Amino acid sequence: MSNKAFAAVTLAVALALAAVTQLIPNEYFFTAAYTVLLFVILATAWNILGGYTGYVNFGSAAFFAIGAYTTVFFYNAFKAPLLVEIVAGTLVAGLAGLGLGYLTLRLRGVFFAIASLALAVVLYIFIVNWDYVGGARGAYVLQPREIPFGMPRYIHLIYSVQLLMAAFALVVARAIEKSTLGRGLAAIRDDELAAECSGVPTLRLKIFSTMASCALMGMAGTTFPYYLSYIEPSSAFSLSYAVNSIAMPLIGGMMSWMGPLIGAVLLGSVQQLVQVTVSSAWNLLIVGVLLVFFVTLAPNGIMGWVDAWRRRKAK
Amino acid sequence: MEVSWALLANAVIAGLLLGGFYAAMSVGISISFGMLDVVNIAHPAFIILGSYIAYIVNDRFGFDPIVVSVTVSPLFFLLGMALYRIYYLCFERRGQESLRGLAFFFGILFITEVALVLVFGVDYRMVNTRYGDVTWRAGEVDFPMRLVVPFLVSMVMVIGVQLFLTHTFFGRAVLAVAQDQLALRLMGVNPVRVKELAFAISIATAGVAGAFLIVIQPVQPAIGREFIGLVFAVCVLGGMGSIWGTLLGAFVLGLAESFTSTFFGPSWAPAVSFGLLLATLAFRPSGLLGR
Repeated sequence: MSNKAFAAVTLAVALALAAVTQLIPNEYFFTAAYTVLLFVILATAWNILGGYTGYVNFGSAAFFAIGAYTTVFFYNAFKAPLLVEIVAGTLVAGLAGLGLGYLTLRLRGVFFAIASLALAVVLYIFIVNWDYVGGARGAYVLQPREIPFGMPRYIHLIYSVQLLMAAFALVVARAIEKSTLGRGLAAIRDDELAAECSGVPTLRLKIFSTMASCALMGMAGTTFPYYLSYIEPSSAFSLSYAVNSIAMPLIGGMMSWMGPLIGAVLLGSVQQLVQVTVSSAWNLLIVGVLLVFFVTLAPNGIMGWVDAWRRRKAK
Repeated sequence: MEVSWALLANAVIAGLLLGGFYAAMSVGISISFGMLDVVNIAHPAFIILGSYIAYIVNDRFGFDPIVVSVTVSPLFFLLGMALYRIYYLCFERRGQESLRGLAFFFGILFITEVALVLVFGVDYRMVNTRYGDVTWRAGEVDFPMRLVVPFLVSMVMVIGVQLFLTHTFFGRAVLAVAQDQLALRLMGVNPVRVKELAFAISIATAGVAGAFLIVIQPVQPAIGREFIGLVFAVCVLGGMGSIWGTLLGAFVLGLAESFTSTFFGPSWAPAVSFGLLLATLAFRPSGLLGR
């Protein structure tokens, strides 16, 4: 399937799912679905760097929070419309990714991983001490009174926007995966030295994929302040974003765009259920245990099982 | 702001005392990350685990936390051996340590933290010691015993590790693993066995450092994360795999944090280690004493 055809199909699916807002009156469904979609974007974004290129980013929460706090800043400063905030958050997160990548991607991959973790803590402390965006107290971001497209509630709009952004993230991820660029990234993942020797511009490709990945993570965060109308640093920088965005691609499978999608939908839905029925601490424990289970015993994730099953059938 | 000598001297002393403690936390990372090339980001989780064990025993029986931690360190040693076994079998042997190994340790870190939250809740816990409230004063300079005691014990521990590495047969084998594993194999030594024991030592030091931590400050499960940057910053700043470098890096970081909290306010102090780490990685990745 060509990129354009894939984009058309994804957009159609997203619009169809957005149309559901007119059918289901239950608001809780959309609240839960929003979170799952958020994880779809984060997991897909993480996989561009983690799965395709083989570099681990522990700072998903930092880039997510950059997106969220860019929205808060633009809301406080200009009362900017949502679309402007989405674009701004995506750009700022992409720039932060560029900076981090430029500083650390020349070194061994593990240094990038540690630095991304460090970035999350530095930014957290920066936000806690920055009063303009609420500091440690948090900030209120009021949902606009008028809701476009005849949607009954603001959550419906946020859900639909998140759907479109998830579709966008998937299209970008798939386009990267299938392009020459994606093959270059795969070469880096499999053997960076050999790739460099064969003329793959490794540093440039790595920086590009970091930037794309971080920008998409920022995009996922831009709608978040509107979701609860309130945001505070410890929820925006929650470690659960970092863990989930690693666990979901690992569980789904890291080799294609489908893996993170499957992982995020499965794990995201399970977490929503557990959160309601048991407790949020247990739901985090489940994510951690699943992460360790899959990474030790099923390193290729669910898509790995599917591939193995297909191969067996082909024989 | 008028900077008085007393303030400055106090900041220096507090920084050095803190630095000694940081060295105890980071010496394990210098072994596992610096020498064995095992990127154990779950190291702080074992520090916190050590804190909680010290807390439980202290709370029930009133024993001194540091004595407790040294007594239970063989358990941490065994835990380290088991963990390295799993790591070796699942990742290192298959050459997947870079991505999946990291994710594995991250998962371990997360599970430990959440499990501690489920058992003990998110309240801060602390221990009672005889020296906890004692402060020795020399002129205007304070020497709080809750910092001095961990400082002294950690100096003994760090120097002990260094002497062990340079003066025993096994210790030199560890240094040899750090240099060239293939050569070791050719000499008829099994590098996996050596790495297993060395990793176990690194986890044992984390357990003891956990007791220092809870003597110095109250502990809750989530603070482990803040130390990830710290231990790696110390290890990288000093130069990978050098114990003296770790000691130097720890003192530099302790001083930097102490000055930051004295002159800019304590809320900025945790950013120092991470900032220093980012700066080191950007400008001098081989560290202060690195080759």
